[in-house]
Amino acid sequence: MSEASDKPLVEFRDVSFSHPSAAAPIISHLTFSVASGETLVLLGESGCGKTTTLKLINRLLLPDAGEVLVEGKPTTVWDPIRLRRRTGYVIQEGGLFPHFSIAKNVALVPALEGWEQARIKTRVDELLSVVGLEPRDFADRYPAELSGGQRQRIGVARALAADPPLLLLDEPFGALDPLTRASLQREFAMLSKTLNKTAVFVTHDVREALMLGSRIGLMHAGKLLLLETPENFLKSNNERALAYLATLQVSAGLVQEKGT
Amino acid sequence: MSFLSFLKQNWPELATLLRQHLSLVVISTFVAVAIGIPTGILLTRKKSLRGPVLGIANIMQTIPSLALFGFLIPLPFIGGIGARTAIVALVVYALLPIIRNTVTGIVGVDPNVREAAVAMGMTSRQILWQVELPLAMPVIITGVRVALVIAIGVATIAAAVGAGGLGVYIFRGLRQYDNHLLLAGAVPAALMALIADFGLGLLERYFSVAHKRRAGTSSARKKFMIAATAAILAAVMTGIYIGSREPRSSSSQPQAARVVVGSKDFTESTILAEIVAQMLEARGVTVERKYELGGNLPHDAMLAGRLDLYPEYTGTSYTAILHHQPITDPRAVYEQVKTEYAQKFGVAVSEPLGFENTFAILIRGAEARRLKLKTISEAAPYARNWRAGFGQDFMSRADGYPGFSKAYGLKFAEQPREMDLSLTYIALSSGQIDLIAGNSTEGRIAALDLFQLEDDRHYFPPYEAVYLFRQDALARVAQLREVLAKLAHAISTEEMRQLNYEVDANKRGQAEVVREWLKKKGF
Repeated sequence: MSEASDKPLVEFRDVSFSHPSAAAPIISHLTFSVASGETLVLLGESGCGKTTTLKLINRLLLPDAGEVLVEGKPTTVWDPIRLRRRTGYVIQEGGLFPHFSIAKNVALVPALEGWEQARIKTRVDELLSVVGLEPRDFADRYPAELSGGQRQRIGVARALAADPPLLLLDEPFGALDPLTRASLQREFAMLSKTLNKTAVFVTHDVREALMLGSRIGLMHAGKLLLLETPENFLKSNNERALAYLATLQVSAGLVQEKGT
Repeated sequence: MSFLSFLKQNWPELATLLRQHLSLVVISTFVAVAIGIPTGILLTRKKSLRGPVLGIANIMQTIPSLALFGFLIPLPFIGGIGARTAIVALVVYALLPIIRNTVTGIVGVDPNVREAAVAMGMTSRQILWQVELPLAMPVIITGVRVALVIAIGVATIAAAVGAGGLGVYIFRGLRQYDNHLLLAGAVPAALMALIADFGLGLLERYFSVAHKRRAGTSSARKKFMIAATAAILAAVMTGIYIGSREPRSSSSQPQAARVVVGSKDFTESTILAEIVAQMLEARGVTVERKYELGGNLPHDAMLAGRLDLYPEYTGTSYTAILHHQPITDPRAVYEQVKTEYAQKFGVAVSEPLGFENTFAILIRGAEARRLKLKTISEAAPYARNWRAGFGQDFMSRADGYPGFSKAYGLKFAEQPREMDLSLTYIALSSGQIDLIAGNSTEGRIAALDLFQLEDDRHYFPPYEAVYLFRQDALARVAQLREVLAKLAHAISTEEMRQLNYEVDANKRGQAEVVREWLKKKGF
């Protein structure tokens, strides 16, 4: 265990990726690593390459240049199916299967891995409780019957189902109303602490980044501008980091003005 | 006779036609699904193929059904006459909606869901079976539903290639001006389409995502309803199938002691075919009947070896098949046809049967008496106030409308209507049109009080009735020679008109009418 935590779980070595239809590379010369147990938040506006970075980790995309290593092995060498089943993936709106019941959605990867029925059922009940949904009420329902927040919780439960060491989250709470988002953010912070998962979390919300990240990677135009702990991020002199932080002050200032 | 008693009386035959219709539709839809869905899936994987394949399927669906049957008949393996050809044609028509909806359904799956499936580590096979196909299923079933309803409709035309089905009653009803027959063919076909549409509609709802709700009473009841509907449908279909099963001949290829007798799609042709068929059967020969074949299908079928014999008219062979300009000497036409058929097709021509069936230019009897008209020349001046209606055949052939109107200098009030031949008699008698070109031996000429204008300029070439038969059939079946020898010059025009009248106007079965006539003649 201590040996594993010394080695980075995910490592980018001078990675570039371009889309054939776009002239400019989507990401260029990206180098960073994610240590076991930490939550790395990639922060940036849309189109900055943060989602592409995420997809390079579970081999939804392959780099044009450089290497992405997961557990010390390049993604080009990984069997993509094995790699993805060891990597939880959460996307906006959940991406749940509308024709599967909630229980079947959560049980997807265990079922693909050929677990026994009894073990699957225990695991599903356990996970539904973990994400705060009563198994008896929800197991047999269908995604269309759930609220956006509930669907997102199921998305997280599904990603956790086969107990993968690594979680990838692509703006999971982006489409939710502010109150639901805040409560899910709090729960996720607790969850990642208790479960001790390694996570890469993509967002454009600086508040979310500060709240959830053990480190924050600020991305712009396919480059990593800054990679700091939240404390250091708050002290940064980087122009774009300051711009993000300014939005926090503006909203706080508005409240203060109204208060006086 | 009421419609109900008609149904009761004809139930055995109707049940057979229903069963034929059902098996044509069910088999062809199954084949189309088995080809169409995998093709659709392939097209979602290979985008470059999508345009060309859908384009071809689209073009195939625009081919008129009779034309398609015509293309198929001479082809080996998939062609010929009978159920196989009909099924191939029905499959061709059913493919497009199934392929297109499979593609649409799979491409329409939410990209978020697909991405999640890939990211969860599903293989592409698992994604297809567990995600794409289930989610596309309602759209695919809509395609099958459309295909099924198309197949039920097009299968009525299968009667034209001897595949049977409800179209037999519809065609016969049109010819014999018999609403009972028409209804007995059309109503079951329409009901079948409605039931199929409704049944698959239920299935479609069952698979739709909106239907996915917590398992509860309403859903359980729906499931029960679907199961019940499916069970009733299955029971009705099996009932009809078992109730009407008959020993089937295994192959449509002519064999040793067997003769395949065909006919064209009008009463006289089937009567003449039935005469030979019954006479051969009386002499111990097995006969397979392939009646009511449309257009030039009997000719094509005979050349393809699927048919041994069918009744024809020398003038038709001379102009429509051999493409000669019309001439008026019957002997010259007969000899020319005989020589050329032997050389070109290996087909022999029997002695003339004794009557001619030429085009009869007909007007209403009342009109003829009022204007005191006897000949076409006398009627020509009135034509500019008349509307004419002709069968497709007459409009298109060399000795038909173009030459005819020129020969008599005819000009009508409007461009002649091109319509089904058997409907022209009814249209004339009810005053919708004023002049038609019928058949001179048509039984309904007297029945509907129509008057035949004399062809005083002898425009129409002689149409002597003969049998055409494959030379190898004569070698195979010795009895054929004797039968044909007996029939030479044996049927007068009056007799033929009477036979037609018995079937068309008195609505009697042709087999019965022929049996009576054979007895009377001592054949």
